[in-house]
Amino acid sequence: MTSSEPPPPCQARNPLGLTVELGRDRPIRLDCGIELGPVTVAYQTYGRLNADRSNAILICHALTGDHYLADPHPITGKPGWWSELVGPGRVFDTDRYFLICSNVLGGCMGTTGPKDVNPDTGKPWGLSFPVITIGDMVLVQARLLDHLGIDQLFAVVGGSMGGMQVLEWCANHPERVFAAIPIAAAARHSAQNIAFHEVGRQAIIADPDWCDGNYLEFDKRPHRGLAVARMAAHITYLSEATLHKKFGRNLQERDVFSYGFGPDFQVESYLRHQGSTFVDRFDANSYLYITRAMDYFDLAAENGGVLANAFIGTKTRFCIVSFSSDWLFPTVESRAVVQALNAVAANVSFVEIRSDKGHDAFLLDEPEFHATLTGFLEGAAAHRGLPRSGQPHHERS
Amino acid sequence: MMMSVGNGALRVDLKLIADMVEPGSRVLDVGCGDGTLLAWLGKHKAVDGRGIELSMAGVSAAVAQGLSVIQGDADTDLKHYPTGAFDTVILSQTLQATYEPKTVLSHMLRIGRRAIVSFPNFGHWRIRAHLGLKGRMPVTDTLAYEWYETPNIHFCTIEDFLVLSQTIGVKVVKGIALNRDGRVLPFDGCGPLANLFADQGLFVLSKG
Repeated sequence: MTSSEPPPPCQARNPLGLTVELGRDRPIRLDCGIELGPVTVAYQTYGRLNADRSNAILICHALTGDHYLADPHPITGKPGWWSELVGPGRVFDTDRYFLICSNVLGGCMGTTGPKDVNPDTGKPWGLSFPVITIGDMVLVQARLLDHLGIDQLFAVVGGSMGGMQVLEWCANHPERVFAAIPIAAAARHSAQNIAFHEVGRQAIIADPDWCDGNYLEFDKRPHRGLAVARMAAHITYLSEATLHKKFGRNLQERDVFSYGFGPDFQVESYLRHQGSTFVDRFDANSYLYITRAMDYFDLAAENGGVLANAFIGTKTRFCIVSFSSDWLFPTVESRAVVQALNAVAANVSFVEIRSDKGHDAFLLDEPEFHATLTGFLEGAAAHRGLPRSGQPHHERS
Repeated sequence: MMMSVGNGALRVDLKLIADMVEPGSRVLDVGCGDGTLLAWLGKHKAVDGRGIELSMAGVSAAVAQGLSVIQGDADTDLKHYPTGAFDTVILSQTLQATYEPKTVLSHMLRIGRRAIVSFPNFGHWRIRAHLGLKGRMPVTDTLAYEWYETPNIHFCTIEDFLVLSQTIGVKVVKGIALNRDGRVLPFDGCGPLANLFADQGLFVLSKG
């Protein structure tokens, strides 16, 4: 690892984020064996890196997330996905921490992915893009840290697929992680989750506009397939209780059934809306690649079938969080990680937050969850010797 | 939920336990509640402390003050810890609420060099009198639940506890008899008076 490269100059923040080209001289060796490079990485930072570069927090986004953590999304105009948690005095206190969030490898919001042009052919990669893994995503993030001159992260945090990346960081780059918060995550993707992903992928592939993955060359988009994929996935992010509370069996702008197949029910209308807005901001092939990366994730399998082996000798402080109504990444998956960490006497905290909001709870207003994050970070910061909020910062001159 | 950052005064019985913990040692507090004892030990004795707690409120209060606490319970989670991971494993007022007290005690002395255990003494004369004279399950200050709602499913007397310790080959290093407020009584916690006059027993155990 190198930290010889200069830190980025202090400049006015661009709400659209930053980009950097990595791996031109030293391509990134992917798990599939292919060497990829150069790779463009789109990222955003918040707060300031302190003088000894010890206050950086890497925030890893979920499957369809991006680096618009706290800035408005450039396509939808909606606030960043964790904007409520980022800012002075908030959970991720920007007066105190330096936050980094990058779009994952294979994504479609600026980091190299299948919709970008393959420099060797001059055409979009499409399905010629190499199949990537969670490990590959993290490898690219590690290169970004090298570029930023950060040897060790104060913390790495993420929910869902972001939580998988957190675990990957801890298992394969442990010396670079002081504290870790995997949220609503798992150390492997379950058969049920692979099954849901396969439904989504088949919906995309079955769309004639997908054109065997070459839709960009034909100036088409498999909108219908991608929308159905999103609709199916969206159900898994919620809970039965949420759907019932939000919609029940209420009809959409009508008092009686239509005796047809239009969106009679509010829940149908809601899902159709989720599907149709998603296609404006997400690339169908990216969806295939990223879901595949999640399917392949299995930290135990990489370690002789024993998950604890992934964490032997770890010095990282862990805070694992699950949500009681999450059936996509249920508590039992988090508990398996906790047990593996206990087996190697790691420093671990674990809370199952009681919530009826399902998997999406990690993106929503859950005061108990936010208090847990704040408290854990506070405790870890004390151990790392970071000044408390309100104390003078040692800023780069 | 009471919040603590290790500055306040500790409950008398917790203070007794805290005094027995070596500075800088590795401590696991099983059933740690909101982490009051762990916070105190961290601040005053610089211990490397961990906790296990059943309730979400307890765990989040503990984690929110920077403690390393997991949501879990003694019956199911102790088996995941490696042998010899801790210097001291503490079980305060929780043994009687476990499903398998014998297994829990064995695990405590597997993963810890020593164990500190406190529990209400069902052999106290007031309890005996309550059951003997009234013929009803006792409800006292220290055991304040009706039989149908109590989380305490495995009551024992101090004598019972000492027999169990012998059975599983555990050495009782020290026994302290406590009254209902957790104050030390002037007789040996392992002696015959304790079983009749102690509201609670506090024991330090080591591998046999």
